[in-house]
Amino acid sequence: MRLFSKWELIAVGAAVLLMLVVLPCLNAFTLESSWLHVSNFTITVYGKYLCYAMLAISVDLLWGYTGLLSLGQALFFALGGYMLGMYLMRMIGDLGQYHQPIPDFLVFLGWSTLPAFWKPFGSFPFAMFMAVLLPGTLAGIFGYLAFRSRIRGVYFSILTQALTYAACLLFFRNSLLLGGNNGFTDFKFILGHDTREPATQRGLFIVTGIALLLVYLVCKWLTTTKFGKVQRAIRDSENRVMFSGYSTANFKLFIFVLASVIASLAGVLYVPQVGIINPSEMAPDKSLEAVVWVAVGGRGTLIGPILGAFAVNAMKSWATRAYPDMWLIFLGTMFILVTVFMPKGIVGLPAQLRDVYKKLTARKMKVEPAPVAANGEEPLPAKSE
Amino acid sequence: MTNAPKQFVLLLEGVNKNFDGFKAISDLNFYMDEGELRTIIGPNGAGKSTMMDIITGRTKPDTGKVEFGFNTDLTTMNVPEINRLGIGRKFQTPSVYIHHTVFENLLLSLKGPRGVFTALFSRTTAEQRDRIEAVLKTIGLSDKAETLAGSLSHGQKQWLEIGMLLAQDPKLLLVDEPAAGMTDEETHKTGELLLSLEGKHSIIVIEHDMAFVRQIARKVTVLHQGHVLCEGTVDDVQNDERVKEVYLGRKKKEK
Repeated sequence: MRLFSKWELIAVGAAVLLMLVVLPCLNAFTLESSWLHVSNFTITVYGKYLCYAMLAISVDLLWGYTGLLSLGQALFFALGGYMLGMYLMRMIGDLGQYHQPIPDFLVFLGWSTLPAFWKPFGSFPFAMFMAVLLPGTLAGIFGYLAFRSRIRGVYFSILTQALTYAACLLFFRNSLLLGGNNGFTDFKFILGHDTREPATQRGLFIVTGIALLLVYLVCKWLTTTKFGKVQRAIRDSENRVMFSGYSTANFKLFIFVLASVIASLAGVLYVPQVGIINPSEMAPDKSLEAVVWVAVGGRGTLIGPILGAFAVNAMKSWATRAYPDMWLIFLGTMFILVTVFMPKGIVGLPAQLRDVYKKLTARKMKVEPAPVAANGEEPLPAKSE
Repeated sequence: MTNAPKQFVLLLEGVNKNFDGFKAISDLNFYMDEGELRTIIGPNGAGKSTMMDIITGRTKPDTGKVEFGFNTDLTTMNVPEINRLGIGRKFQTPSVYIHHTVFENLLLSLKGPRGVFTALFSRTTAEQRDRIEAVLKTIGLSDKAETLAGSLSHGQKQWLEIGMLLAQDPKLLLVDEPAAGMTDEETHKTGELLLSLEGKHSIIVIEHDMAFVRQIARKVTVLHQGHVLCEGTVDDVQNDERVKEVYLGRKKKEK
């Protein structure tokens, strides 16, 4: 089986070229006065969208491909962000407000030395390792318990939402020593580069683009394997899969852990670009938004979540500036409209329009031959309406 | 029977199952020989589906012995484990993977390793293709291999699901009302399909349609209120006074 259709190859190729070559070049090599110039702000915003796209893929891997609607995917995103955030906090060194060798909020809480669990986070590889290990382990334990107890459907969704809410409340506490409700911010350096420099932001943007491409390719491969087939079979008829000898709990666990790691990596890339991470990133509505991106883009596809994440967030950027109070109403309306009228999202729109066109032309044809049929032969039953 | 040295492919002895005080299965004893085609009938609520659930591990019995393939205890195993022993179950409503092709439906059902990691790296072999083609021929869907299962007719879906069981080459097939919702012609074809499997597999068929039962039945077991009322040929069973009373008789009175 071929991995890509021609159409897909062109779309992905164009997107990669635009994101990884054109935008960064226009940002780096054009004058700020030129109309071609892409501002640093735009690069950061698009970098953020790329992270969201990765988060959306992780939601779709669960929802669109396995039928597991996780309403807590932002938890793993935020956890990844926190792990890298701890590293970034350490890199501030004594350049903080209090000029102490420990993060400001710890000074504020009365600490004079670094708590033990903060110590290894001075190492970037360790932070990255934890960004995979912590969300992966949490997803592993939660998934094991949930899937072993055969928790399915809406109950699974509610539990994931409860999990992210519980984590959110936990992270709000100062006693967790992770910055409380302010979280982490005022980052200075990442791997020796100043995070506020345009060149660093550009680099992060490119790394995020590459990461998204890799995630896309891995998921694409996954869907073509027998594993991917089992995954979709679980979505369509889990009973049949179980009664065919597959321990569906193991398959769901694997995909849940994989999706959590993807979400976490998205969070890792998000934090240095946005410059802040706090518990509100774990709030249930963040996860719900990600579900809307997937629904709008088209679930059960891999292009869909990427398109959805870009489209909805571009709209959000515009709406929160133009109509700051109306954004949630926009979002809700969009979700309802898409669910009712575009069940396959943006990706499914061409096929949907084609069907509508076919129906319209077919109706025309049906009307015309009626008088011919009436001539001698039995007349066609008149279609009322 | 209990002291007989005879070996059975499937044995249920003294099985009981209560659901909140409702005795779904009460002191059920059921024995089946290898290669047998057995039909189970019984009025609604007789415990037929619960019995299937107990055999396949979906429900655990409160008490009693459930053994398969000569002394393998089924009561401690879960659904996928029991399936991997070689017990295939077809549900009453067709359950196939509607977004997969007929070929893929069978591919996922083929006998073989069922682990997560083997699924990631397995490839379809020529041998598997041959096997799938053979199954397609048996169920009469050779020309539909690349069709999405969701666009098959109801009868074709039922056959595909039977094919999915066959792809696993099970020792025991449990088939729940295969003819439900089929046309007479489809029903007849299904009967022939099941008869052609007799001897190669042990088969239990649950059925309501008496014409269909007549077509396929060798030995019929009548369930009533969770235990076996009687066993025998279709004629034996239909002439049995107790059966007439609880099941067939009641129907006749209604006429």
